[in-house]
Amino acid sequence: MINADDMFRAFEPHREDAVVIVTGTAGKHWADHTTKQNRDLNMGGAMGHTTSAALGLALGLPDEKVVLFDSEGSLLMNLGIIATISGQAPKNFLHLLMDNECYATTGGQPVPNAQDINYAGMAKEAGYTAAYSFDNIEDFATNIGNIMQETGPVFVAMKIVPEVENEPIGQRTRRPTRSRAETIRTLREELGIS
Amino acid sequence: MVNQQAALLKPETLIDEFKKIGVTHIVTIPDSETNYLYELMQEQDWLSVVPASREGETFAIALGLSVGGKVPVCLIQNTGMMESGDSIRGMALDAGFPLLMVVGYRGWNRHGVITDTAARYTEPFLNAMGVNYYLVETDEDAERISIAYEEAKKNKRPVAILVGDEYHGFNRV
Repeated sequence: MINADDMFRAFEPHREDAVVIVTGTAGKHWADHTTKQNRDLNMGGAMGHTTSAALGLALGLPDEKVVLFDSEGSLLMNLGIIATISGQAPKNFLHLLMDNECYATTGGQPVPNAQDINYAGMAKEAGYTAAYSFDNIEDFATNIGNIMQETGPVFVAMKIVPEVENEPIGQRTRRPTRSRAETIRTLREELGIS
Repeated sequence: MVNQQAALLKPETLIDEFKKIGVTHIVTIPDSETNYLYELMQEQDWLSVVPASREGETFAIALGLSVGGKVPVCLIQNTGMMESGDSIRGMALDAGFPLLMVVGYRGWNRHGVITDTAARYTEPFLNAMGVNYYLVETDEDAERISIAYEEAKKNKRPVAILVGDEYHGFNRV
């Protein structure tokens, strides 16, 4: 399995000017590695629809690379989106899936069929231009540079070390995060969108 | 005896309104009553049609498009709208951007008794979500579409158009 912190460290040098969206418990580590906060976007969430919002962004910004770090619990809530993405075929879209095989924020209960789903296989068969699976950081780090240059939509499934949270919600330590409205405003300023 | 042309909402009228507003993308799940409209939309070179797999996607896709400076419309049926409750909450209302929802009012009828629960719950659903709406039945109502969009822009919220003429205007007559 891959440590999320290591994954983001390996990804960051290849980011260039991509707009990056993260979700899930593992996504919090991106804040320790990003060097272009104005191109980081918090799209919020609603039962798996961060993926849908990322697709909308890729369609709305066809000249910008859009990279989504998704989570498997989220994707499973709205699996039809892989067909929607394939149908639109955004060339500028890279869809990475952080698969920790569980709902980490609710205590680590396994997602359905946690260990036996082939997410990359589903994406490829749905119509993504390419799909990859990684379960170790060395292979991911070796390949992510080339994957970033591929024509999308490209899918990358990664097995990620779960970071299970068991404390009651009110007792958990939360990192300060930028609000959705703030990230949208700064991205739009960055891109000159009125 | 006088022959009267039934009052209709023509799909061309919706297309004209979309163009007037400056719509760039229609995010939609087609239904059986909107096929001609769907075909017409695909013929417009100024309009992109984004078919979704489930109605809840449409609101989130619209959010992303809006962030990118585009003008999306969600075109769905009332059944799918109700299934999309949390997406409307999290991706439209909480995100706070202008969004026109064009919603087929399945089961609605001006006359007689409404027996389809899809129609019965549609307006209570919108009221519960705090989404204002306008009923559009014929071409004469079409300006309500622009009015609704101006309201959406002013308040940075979704506003719904309930299309109450599914069975005539959206199909070839």
